[in-house]
Amino acid sequence: MRNPSLPAYNFAYLDEQTKRMIRRAILKAIAIPGYQVPFASREMPMPYGWGTGGVQVTASILGPDDVLKVIDQGADDTTNAVSIRAFFAKVANVATTTRTADATIIQTRHRIPETPLAHGQIIVYQVPIPEPLRFLEPRETETRVMHALEEYGLVHVKLYEDIAQHGHIATTYAYPVKVEGRYVMDPSPIPKFDNPKMHRSPALQLFGAGREKRIYALPPFTDVVSLDFEDHPFTVQRFEARCALCNAQEVYLDEVITDDRGGRMFVCSDTDYCETRRSKGSQVGGLPQHGAAKADWEAAE
Amino acid sequence: MAGTTLLDGGFTAPVFQSQAAFRLVMDAMAQPGRIVDLGHAVQPPAPLEPAAAAFLATLADYDTLVWFEDSGADTAASWLTFHTGAAVTRDPSMASYAVLSQNSPVSSWRNFAMGSLSYPDRSATLLLPVESLRDGTPLTVRGPGIETVAVISPRGLPDGFTETMAINVARFPQGFDLLMTCGSELLALPRTTRLVET
Repeated sequence: MRNPSLPAYNFAYLDEQTKRMIRRAILKAIAIPGYQVPFASREMPMPYGWGTGGVQVTASILGPDDVLKVIDQGADDTTNAVSIRAFFAKVANVATTTRTADATIIQTRHRIPETPLAHGQIIVYQVPIPEPLRFLEPRETETRVMHALEEYGLVHVKLYEDIAQHGHIATTYAYPVKVEGRYVMDPSPIPKFDNPKMHRSPALQLFGAGREKRIYALPPFTDVVSLDFEDHPFTVQRFEARCALCNAQEVYLDEVITDDRGGRMFVCSDTDYCETRRSKGSQVGGLPQHGAAKADWEAAE
Repeated sequence: MAGTTLLDGGFTAPVFQSQAAFRLVMDAMAQPGRIVDLGHAVQPPAPLEPAAAAFLATLADYDTLVWFEDSGADTAASWLTFHTGAAVTRDPSMASYAVLSQNSPVSSWRNFAMGSLSYPDRSATLLLPVESLRDGTPLTVRGPGIETVAVISPRGLPDGFTETMAINVARFPQGFDLLMTCGSELLALPRTTRLVET
Protein backbone atom coordinates (compact mmCIF):
# COMPACT_ATOMS: atom_id res chain seq x y z
CA MET A 1 0.00 0.00 0.00
CA ARG A 2 1.38 3.38 -0.96
CA ASN A 3 2.14 5.84 1.78
CA PRO A 4 0.32 9.00 0.68
CA SER A 5 2.88 11.21 2.40
CA LEU A 6 5.64 9.92 0.10
CA PRO A 7 5.99 11.01 -3.52
CA ALA A 8 5.25 8.41 -6.19
CA TYR A 9 8.65 8.82 -7.81
CA ASN A 10 12.09 10.20 -7.04
CA PHE A 11 13.14 13.77 -7.86
CA ALA A 12 13.72 13.98 -11.64
CA TYR A 13 12.07 10.58 -12.15
CA LEU A 14 15.19 8.35 -12.14
CA ASP A 15 16.14 6.40 -9.02
CA GLU A 16 19.41 7.35 -7.32
CA GLN A 17 21.36 4.26 -8.39
CA THR A 18 20.53 4.97 -12.03
CA LYS A 19 21.62 8.58 -11.60
CA ARG A 20 24.93 7.48 -10.06
CA MET A 21 25.56 5.09 -12.95
CA ILE A 22 24.81 7.82 -15.51
CA ARG A 23 26.87 10.38 -13.57
CA ARG A 24 29.87 8.03 -13.59
CA ALA A 25 29.46 7.63 -17.35
CA ILE A 26 29.25 11.42 -17.81
CA LEU A 27 32.50 11.98 -15.88
CA LYS A 28 34.36 9.40 -17.99
CA ALA A 29 32.82 10.89 -21.14
CA ILE A 30 34.15 14.33 -20.17
CA ALA A 31 37.58 12.84 -19.45
CA ILE A 32 37.69 11.16 -22.90
CA PRO A 33 36.12 13.74 -25.25
CA GLY A 34 34.31 12.19 -28.20
CA TYR A 35 34.49 8.60 -26.88
CA GLN A 36 31.11 6.86 -26.52
CA VAL A 37 30.77 5.53 -22.97
CA PRO A 38 28.36 2.57 -22.70
CA PHE A 39 25.70 2.98 -20.00
CA ALA A 40 22.77 0.95 -18.74
CA SER A 41 20.00 2.96 -20.38
CA ARG A 42 16.65 2.65 -18.67
CA GLU A 43 13.18 2.53 -20.08
CA MET A 44 11.62 5.94 -19.85
CA PRO A 45 7.94 6.85 -19.97
CA MET A 46 8.30 7.79 -23.63
CA PRO A 47 9.25 5.79 -26.70
CA TYR A 48 12.79 5.41 -28.04
CA GLY A 49 13.37 8.12 -30.59
CA TRP A 50 11.71 10.74 -28.43
CA GLY A 51 14.89 11.65 -26.64
CA THR A 52 15.19 9.00 -23.94
CA GLY A 53 18.99 9.37 -23.89
CA GLY A 54 18.89 13.13 -23.54
CA VAL A 55 16.15 12.85 -20.92
CA GLN A 56 18.24 10.45 -18.82
CA VAL A 57 21.29 12.72 -19.01
CA THR A 58 19.20 15.78 -18.10
CA ALA A 59 17.49 13.92 -15.24
CA SER A 60 20.89 12.92 -13.82
CA ILE A 61 22.37 16.42 -13.80
CA LEU A 62 19.25 18.46 -13.07
CA GLY A 63 18.86 20.23 -9.71
CA PRO A 64 16.09 22.29 -8.17
CA ASP A 65 17.85 25.56 -9.03
CA ASP A 66 18.26 24.84 -12.73
CA VAL A 67 16.34 26.58 -15.50
CA LEU A 68 15.54 24.20 -18.33
CA LYS A 69 14.97 24.93 -22.00
CA VAL A 70 13.99 22.19 -24.44
CA ILE A 71 14.04 22.59 -28.21
CA ASP A 72 13.08 20.35 -31.09
CA GLN A 73 14.52 21.44 -34.45
CA GLY A 74 15.13 24.86 -32.92
CA ALA A 75 11.53 25.32 -31.79
CA ASP A 76 10.33 25.49 -28.19
CA ASP A 77 6.71 24.83 -29.16
CA THR A 78 6.82 21.51 -31.02
CA THR A 79 5.48 18.26 -29.59
CA ASN A 80 8.76 16.74 -28.44
CA ALA A 81 9.96 19.95 -26.80
CA VAL A 82 6.65 20.67 -25.09
CA SER A 83 6.27 17.16 -23.70
CA ILE A 84 9.84 16.88 -22.38
CA ARG A 85 9.60 20.34 -20.82
CA ALA A 86 6.29 19.38 -19.19
CA PHE A 87 7.84 16.10 -18.01
CA PHE A 88 10.61 17.85 -16.08
CA ALA A 89 8.32 20.60 -14.82
CA LYS A 90 6.25 17.79 -13.29
CA VAL A 91 8.82 15.28 -12.04
CA ALA A 92 11.47 17.79 -10.91
CA ASN A 93 9.36 20.90 -10.38
CA VAL A 94 12.11 22.76 -12.20
CA ALA A 95 11.81 26.24 -13.72
CA THR A 96 11.54 26.24 -17.51
CA THR A 97 12.18 28.94 -20.07
CA THR A 98 12.19 29.40 -23.81
CA ARG A 99 14.94 32.02 -23.68
CA THR A 100 18.35 30.61 -24.54
CA ALA A 101 20.26 33.13 -22.44
CA ASP A 102 18.21 32.39 -19.29
CA ALA A 103 18.64 28.60 -19.39
CA THR A 104 21.23 26.72 -17.35
CA ILE A 105 20.48 23.44 -19.14
CA ILE A 106 19.28 23.23 -22.75
CA GLN A 107 18.09 19.87 -24.03
CA THR A 108 18.03 19.81 -27.80
CA ARG A 109 16.82 17.65 -30.60
CA HIS A 110 18.81 18.49 -33.73
CA ARG A 111 19.74 22.18 -33.40
CA ILE A 112 22.17 24.38 -31.51
CA PRO A 113 20.57 27.74 -30.64
CA GLU A 114 21.58 30.75 -32.74
CA THR A 115 22.32 32.78 -29.60
CA PRO A 116 25.88 31.84 -28.66
CA LEU A 117 26.01 29.62 -25.59
CA ALA A 118 27.74 31.00 -22.53
CA HIS A 119 30.24 29.65 -20.04
CA GLY A 120 28.39 27.67 -17.39
CA GLN A 121 25.55 26.55 -19.64
CA ILE A 122 25.08 22.85 -20.41
CA ILE A 123 23.60 21.62 -23.68
CA VAL A 124 22.24 18.06 -23.79
CA TYR A 125 21.79 16.49 -27.24
CA GLN A 126 19.29 13.75 -27.99
CA VAL A 127 21.13 11.27 -30.18
CA PRO A 128 19.48 8.54 -32.29
CA ILE A 129 22.60 6.80 -33.71
CA PRO A 130 25.74 7.75 -31.76
CA GLU A 131 28.12 5.67 -33.88
CA PRO A 132 29.46 7.70 -36.83
CA LEU A 133 30.72 4.49 -38.45
CA ARG A 134 27.47 2.53 -38.09
CA PHE A 135 26.21 2.94 -41.66
CA LEU A 136 29.64 2.01 -42.96
CA GLU A 137 30.20 -0.97 -40.65
CA PRO A 138 27.14 -2.48 -38.96
CA ARG A 139 29.07 -4.65 -36.46
CA GLU A 140 29.66 -3.04 -33.08
CA THR A 141 32.65 -5.34 -32.49
CA GLU A 142 34.28 -3.90 -35.63
CA THR A 143 33.47 -0.24 -35.05
CA ARG A 144 34.85 -0.51 -31.52
CA VAL A 145 38.16 -1.78 -32.92
CA MET A 146 38.14 0.95 -35.56
CA HIS A 147 37.81 3.60 -32.84
CA ALA A 148 40.48 1.86 -30.75
CA LEU A 149 42.93 1.85 -33.68
CA GLU A 150 41.89 5.30 -34.91
CA GLU A 151 41.00 3.65 -38.22
CA TYR A 152 38.78 6.27 -39.83
CA GLY A 153 39.61 5.82 -43.50
CA LEU A 154 36.09 4.60 -44.29
CA VAL A 155 34.56 7.92 -43.25
CA HIS A 156 36.76 9.73 -45.72
CA VAL A 157 35.84 7.19 -48.40
CA LYS A 158 32.18 7.99 -47.74
CA LEU A 159 32.83 11.72 -48.09
CA TYR A 160 34.88 11.04 -51.23
CA GLU A 161 32.02 9.03 -52.74
CA ASP A 162 29.78 12.05 -52.16
CA ILE A 163 32.20 14.15 -54.19
CA ALA A 164 32.48 11.49 -56.92
CA GLN A 165 28.70 11.27 -57.28
CA HIS A 166 27.53 14.82 -56.56
CA GLY A 167 30.59 16.98 -57.10
CA HIS A 168 30.53 18.12 -53.50
CA ILE A 169 30.19 16.62 -50.01
CA ALA A 170 26.42 16.05 -49.94
CA THR A 171 26.18 15.16 -46.23
CA THR A 172 24.11 17.94 -44.72
CA TYR A 173 23.32 16.72 -41.20
CA ALA A 174 25.01 14.42 -38.68
CA TYR A 175 28.21 15.55 -40.39
CA PRO A 176 31.12 13.69 -38.76
CA VAL A 177 33.61 15.62 -36.66
CA LYS A 178 36.99 14.83 -35.16
CA VAL A 179 37.42 15.70 -31.50
CA GLU A 180 40.80 16.90 -30.21
CA GLY A 181 42.47 15.13 -33.13
CA ARG A 182 41.48 11.69 -31.84
CA TYR A 183 37.90 10.40 -31.89
CA VAL A 184 35.56 10.75 -34.85
CA MET A 185 32.17 11.63 -33.39
CA ASP A 186 28.60 11.91 -34.61
CA PRO A 187 27.40 15.39 -33.62
CA SER A 188 23.81 14.03 -33.61
CA PRO A 189 21.53 14.99 -36.53
CA ILE A 190 22.15 18.71 -36.24
CA PRO A 191 22.48 20.44 -39.63
CA LYS A 192 26.12 20.85 -40.59
CA PHE A 193 25.28 24.57 -40.36
CA ASP A 194 25.61 24.14 -36.58
CA ASN A 195 28.88 22.16 -36.60
CA PRO A 196 31.12 25.25 -36.24
CA LYS A 197 29.21 26.22 -33.08
CA MET A 198 30.56 23.10 -31.35
CA HIS A 199 34.19 24.08 -31.90
CA ARG A 200 35.65 25.55 -28.72
CA SER A 201 32.19 26.30 -27.35
CA PRO A 202 32.33 27.74 -23.82
CA ALA A 203 29.38 25.50 -22.85
CA LEU A 204 29.63 21.89 -21.69
CA GLN A 205 28.09 19.61 -24.35
CA LEU A 206 26.64 16.22 -23.33
CA PHE A 207 25.19 13.64 -25.72
CA GLY A 208 22.77 10.87 -24.72
CA ALA A 209 21.60 7.98 -26.89
CA GLY A 210 18.94 5.96 -25.03
CA ARG A 211 18.21 3.11 -27.40
CA GLU A 212 21.90 2.69 -28.31
CA LYS A 213 22.97 3.10 -24.65
CA ARG A 214 25.83 5.55 -25.15
CA ILE A 215 26.85 8.82 -23.52
CA TYR A 216 29.57 11.10 -24.86
CA ALA A 217 30.70 14.61 -24.17
CA LEU A 218 32.65 17.68 -25.21
CA PRO A 219 34.13 19.75 -22.38
CA PRO A 220 34.20 23.53 -22.97
CA PHE A 221 36.88 24.82 -25.34
CA THR A 222 37.38 21.47 -27.06
CA ASP A 223 38.61 21.34 -30.65
CA VAL A 224 35.86 19.97 -32.90
CA VAL A 225 36.82 19.81 -36.57
CA SER A 226 34.41 18.78 -39.32
CA LEU A 227 36.05 16.22 -41.61
CA ASP A 228 36.88 17.41 -45.12
CA PHE A 229 39.55 17.38 -47.83
CA GLU A 230 42.12 20.03 -48.71
CA ASP A 231 40.50 20.58 -52.11
CA HIS A 232 36.96 20.20 -50.76
CA PRO A 233 37.00 22.15 -47.49
CA PHE A 234 34.07 21.95 -45.10
CA THR A 235 31.43 24.58 -45.79
CA VAL A 236 28.02 25.17 -44.24
CA GLN A 237 24.84 25.65 -46.22
CA ARG A 238 23.95 29.27 -46.94
CA PHE A 239 20.53 30.77 -47.49
CA GLU A 240 19.83 33.52 -50.00
CA ALA A 241 16.56 34.28 -48.25
CA ARG A 242 16.12 36.17 -45.02
CA CYS A 243 13.68 35.19 -42.31
CA ALA A 244 10.19 36.33 -43.43
CA LEU A 245 9.26 37.22 -39.85
CA CYS A 246 12.32 38.90 -38.35
CA ASN A 247 14.47 39.57 -41.44
CA ALA A 248 17.44 37.69 -39.95
CA GLN A 249 20.14 36.42 -42.25
CA GLU A 250 23.07 34.07 -41.63
CA VAL A 251 20.75 31.88 -39.54
CA TYR A 252 19.30 28.43 -40.23
CA LEU A 253 15.94 28.80 -41.99
CA ASP A 254 12.96 26.48 -42.29
CA GLU A 255 10.87 26.50 -45.46
CA VAL A 256 7.15 26.88 -44.72
CA ILE A 257 4.61 26.07 -47.43
CA THR A 258 1.82 28.66 -47.22
CA ASP A 259 -0.66 27.55 -49.90
CA ASP A 260 -1.07 25.01 -52.72
CA ARG A 261 0.06 27.41 -55.47
CA GLY A 262 3.75 27.41 -54.72
CA GLY A 263 3.54 29.99 -51.96
CA ARG A 264 6.20 29.59 -49.30
CA MET A 265 8.30 31.48 -46.88
CA PHE A 266 11.53 30.95 -45.03
CA VAL A 267 11.53 31.51 -41.27
CA CYS A 268 14.09 31.10 -38.49
CA SER A 269 14.31 27.53 -37.25
CA ASP A 270 15.24 28.93 -33.81
CA THR A 271 11.92 30.30 -32.52
CA ASP A 272 13.42 32.04 -29.47
CA TYR A 273 15.96 33.86 -31.64
CA CYS A 274 13.20 34.96 -34.04
CA GLU A 275 10.86 36.11 -31.26
CA THR A 276 13.61 38.02 -29.49
CA ARG A 277 14.50 39.85 -32.70
CA ARG A 278 10.87 40.70 -33.41
CA SER A 279 10.30 41.97 -29.86
CA LYS A 280 13.26 44.31 -30.42
CA GLY A 281 11.58 45.70 -33.53
CA SER A 282 13.02 43.69 -36.43
CA GLN A 283 9.88 43.05 -38.46
CA VAL A 284 9.04 42.38 -42.05
CA GLY A 285 5.71 41.70 -43.66
CA GLY A 286 5.90 37.94 -43.48
CA LEU A 287 4.47 37.66 -46.98
CA PRO A 288 4.92 34.40 -48.83
CA GLN A 289 7.79 34.56 -51.28
CA HIS A 290 6.39 33.01 -54.45
CA GLY A 291 9.21 30.87 -55.65
CA ALA A 292 11.55 33.85 -55.63
CA ALA A 293 13.94 32.94 -52.88
CA LYS A 294 15.89 29.76 -53.06
CA ALA A 295 18.36 28.41 -50.63
CA ASP A 296 21.59 28.01 -52.54
CA TRP A 297 21.87 24.29 -51.82
CA GLU A 298 18.62 24.08 -53.72
CA ALA A 299 19.84 26.30 -56.53
CA ALA A 300 22.92 24.12 -56.80
CA GLU A 301 20.95 20.99 -57.48
CA MET B 1 34.13 16.37 13.59
CA ALA B 2 33.98 12.81 12.48
CA GLY B 3 30.80 10.90 13.15
CA THR B 4 30.74 9.17 16.51
CA THR B 5 29.62 5.92 14.95
CA LEU B 6 29.76 4.44 11.49
CA LEU B 7 26.07 5.18 11.09
CA ASP B 8 26.54 8.95 11.29
CA GLY B 9 28.03 11.41 8.86
CA GLY B 10 26.31 10.46 5.60
CA PHE B 11 24.20 12.75 3.46
CA THR B 12 21.12 13.93 5.35
CA ALA B 13 19.27 14.73 2.11
CA PRO B 14 20.95 12.32 -0.34
CA VAL B 15 18.97 13.22 -3.46
CA PHE B 16 19.71 16.93 -3.39
CA GLN B 17 23.09 16.88 -1.67
CA SER B 18 24.47 14.29 -4.09
CA GLN B 19 23.08 16.24 -7.04
CA ALA B 20 24.76 19.43 -5.79
CA ALA B 21 28.04 17.60 -5.20
CA PHE B 22 27.89 15.93 -8.61
CA ARG B 23 27.38 19.23 -10.42
CA LEU B 24 30.46 20.65 -8.69
CA VAL B 25 32.49 17.55 -9.56
CA MET B 26 31.26 17.72 -13.17
CA ASP B 27 32.23 21.40 -13.28
CA ALA B 28 35.66 20.54 -11.95
CA MET B 29 36.09 17.73 -14.48
CA ALA B 30 34.93 19.91 -17.38
CA GLN B 31 37.23 22.75 -16.30
CA PRO B 32 40.48 21.15 -15.18
CA GLY B 33 42.32 23.12 -12.53
CA ARG B 34 39.21 24.87 -11.27
CA ILE B 35 38.79 24.49 -7.50
CA VAL B 36 35.31 23.57 -6.26
CA ASP B 37 34.17 23.36 -2.65
CA LEU B 38 32.01 20.34 -1.85
CA GLY B 39 31.24 21.64 1.63
CA HIS B 40 30.70 19.52 4.73
CA ALA B 41 27.54 17.63 3.84
CA VAL B 42 29.28 14.43 4.96
CA GLN B 43 31.47 13.93 8.03
CA PRO B 44 33.69 10.94 7.31
CA PRO B 45 36.12 9.19 9.67
CA ALA B 46 39.85 9.72 9.02
CA PRO B 47 41.70 9.36 6.72
CA LEU B 48 38.84 10.32 4.41
CA GLU B 49 38.60 14.05 3.87
CA PRO B 50 35.27 15.81 3.34
CA ALA B 51 35.80 16.38 -0.42
CA ALA B 52 36.86 12.79 -1.14
CA ALA B 53 34.06 11.46 1.05
CA ALA B 54 31.44 13.66 -0.64
CA PHE B 55 32.71 12.47 -4.03
CA LEU B 56 32.45 8.81 -2.98
CA ALA B 57 29.07 9.29 -1.29
CA THR B 58 27.84 10.80 -4.57
CA LEU B 59 29.29 8.31 -7.05
CA ALA B 60 30.24 5.04 -5.34
CA ASP B 61 27.77 2.18 -4.90
CA TYR B 62 27.59 -1.60 -5.24
CA ASP B 63 28.83 -1.32 -8.83
CA THR B 64 32.14 0.27 -7.88
CA LEU B 65 35.08 -1.09 -5.93
CA VAL B 66 37.07 1.33 -3.79
CA TRP B 67 40.72 0.90 -2.81
CA PHE B 68 42.41 2.61 0.12
CA GLU B 69 46.15 3.19 0.12
CA ASP B 70 46.24 3.89 3.86
CA SER B 71 46.43 0.56 5.69
CA GLY B 72 44.74 2.17 8.71
CA ALA B 73 41.58 3.01 6.82
CA ASP B 74 39.37 0.21 8.10
CA THR B 75 36.98 2.57 9.87
CA ALA B 76 36.72 4.80 6.80
CA ALA B 77 36.17 1.75 4.62
CA SER B 78 33.39 0.48 6.87
CA TRP B 79 31.82 3.92 6.92
CA LEU B 80 31.90 4.05 3.12
CA THR B 81 30.43 0.58 2.73
CA PHE B 82 27.63 1.34 5.17
CA HIS B 83 26.66 4.61 3.49
CA THR B 84 27.11 3.72 -0.18
CA GLY B 85 27.10 -0.07 -0.47
CA ALA B 86 30.48 0.10 -2.22
CA ALA B 87 32.79 -2.82 -1.54
CA VAL B 88 36.41 -2.21 -0.60
CA THR B 89 39.05 -4.11 -2.53
CA ARG B 90 42.66 -4.94 -1.73
CA ASP B 91 43.49 -5.25 -5.43
CA PRO B 92 44.29 -1.81 -6.89
CA SER B 93 43.74 -3.01 -10.45
CA MET B 94 40.07 -3.71 -9.66
CA ALA B 95 39.28 -0.33 -8.15
CA SER B 96 37.00 2.24 -9.79
CA TYR B 97 38.02 4.75 -7.15
CA ALA B 98 41.36 4.81 -5.37
CA VAL B 99 41.73 6.82 -2.18
CA LEU B 100 45.43 7.70 -2.04
CA SER B 101 47.48 9.02 0.86
CA GLN B 102 49.56 12.17 0.91
CA ASN B 103 52.90 11.59 -0.81
CA SER B 104 51.53 8.46 -2.43
CA PRO B 105 54.38 6.70 -4.28
CA VAL B 106 53.65 7.43 -7.94
CA SER B 107 55.44 4.28 -9.07
CA SER B 108 52.51 2.28 -7.69
CA TRP B 109 49.96 4.20 -9.78
CA ARG B 110 50.69 2.00 -12.76
CA ASN B 111 48.79 -0.76 -10.93
CA PHE B 112 45.47 1.01 -11.37
CA ALA B 113 43.08 0.23 -14.21
CA MET B 114 43.89 2.31 -17.28
CA GLY B 115 41.09 0.94 -19.44
CA SER B 116 41.78 -0.66 -22.79
CA LEU B 117 41.98 0.93 -26.23
CA SER B 118 38.48 -0.42 -26.88
CA TYR B 119 37.09 0.60 -23.48
CA PRO B 120 39.19 3.46 -22.10
CA ASP B 121 36.32 4.35 -19.75
CA ARG B 122 37.04 1.22 -17.67
CA SER B 123 39.72 3.09 -15.80
CA ALA B 124 40.32 4.27 -12.27
CA THR B 125 39.71 7.70 -10.79
CA LEU B 126 42.34 8.59 -8.19
CA LEU B 127 41.67 10.79 -5.18
CA LEU B 128 44.93 12.38 -4.06
CA PRO B 129 45.00 14.45 -0.86
CA VAL B 130 47.48 17.33 -0.88
CA GLU B 131 48.55 19.81 1.80
CA SER B 132 47.00 22.72 -0.07
CA LEU B 133 45.42 23.41 -3.46
CA ARG B 134 46.33 27.08 -3.41
CA ASP B 135 49.77 28.02 -2.15
CA GLY B 136 52.19 25.57 -3.72
CA THR B 137 54.48 25.92 -6.70
CA PRO B 138 52.45 27.12 -9.71
CA LEU B 139 51.99 24.61 -12.53
CA THR B 140 50.54 25.60 -15.89
CA VAL B 141 47.98 23.24 -17.43
CA ARG B 142 46.41 23.03 -20.88
CA GLY B 143 43.83 20.84 -22.53
CA PRO B 144 40.10 20.45 -23.24
CA GLY B 145 38.02 22.46 -20.79
CA ILE B 146 40.66 25.18 -20.50
CA GLU B 147 40.27 28.21 -22.76
CA THR B 148 43.98 28.97 -23.02
CA VAL B 149 46.00 27.98 -19.97
CA ALA B 150 45.17 27.54 -16.31
CA VAL B 151 47.45 27.64 -13.31
CA ILE B 152 47.20 25.26 -10.39
CA SER B 153 49.24 25.64 -7.21
CA PRO B 154 49.00 22.45 -5.17
CA ARG B 155 51.42 21.98 -2.27
CA GLY B 156 52.61 18.58 -1.12
CA LEU B 157 52.69 16.68 -4.40
CA PRO B 158 54.40 13.30 -4.39
CA ASP B 159 57.89 13.00 -5.91
CA GLY B 160 57.82 12.28 -9.63
CA PHE B 161 54.30 13.65 -10.00
CA THR B 162 54.84 15.69 -13.19
CA GLU B 163 56.65 12.83 -14.93
CA THR B 164 53.86 10.39 -14.04
CA MET B 165 51.21 12.81 -15.32
CA ALA B 166 53.14 13.26 -18.58
CA ILE B 167 53.16 9.49 -19.06
CA ASN B 168 49.42 9.40 -18.30
CA VAL B 169 48.67 12.05 -20.94
CA ALA B 170 50.78 10.23 -23.50
CA ARG B 171 48.77 7.09 -22.91
CA PHE B 172 45.51 8.76 -24.08
CA PRO B 173 42.79 7.53 -24.55
CA GLN B 174 43.85 5.09 -21.83
CA GLY B 175 44.87 6.41 -18.45
CA PHE B 176 43.58 7.40 -15.04
CA ASP B 177 41.77 10.57 -14.02
CA LEU B 178 43.10 12.38 -10.97
CA LEU B 179 41.24 14.43 -8.41
CA MET B 180 43.29 16.44 -5.92
CA THR B 181 41.58 17.12 -2.64
CA CYS B 182 42.29 19.29 0.38
CA GLY B 183 39.67 19.49 3.10
CA SER B 184 36.36 20.10 1.39
CA GLU B 185 37.97 21.39 -1.84
CA LEU B 186 38.73 19.47 -4.99
CA LEU B 187 40.25 20.04 -8.41
CA ALA B 188 40.33 17.65 -11.33
CA LEU B 189 43.09 16.69 -13.75
CA PRO B 190 41.47 14.34 -16.25
CA ARG B 191 43.78 12.35 -18.53
CA THR B 192 43.53 15.03 -21.24
CA THR B 193 45.12 17.75 -19.10
CA ARG B 194 48.77 18.45 -19.84
CA LEU B 195 51.17 19.99 -17.36
CA VAL B 196 53.34 22.34 -19.36
CA GLU B 197 56.62 24.11 -18.64
CA THR B 198 56.20 27.79 -17.83
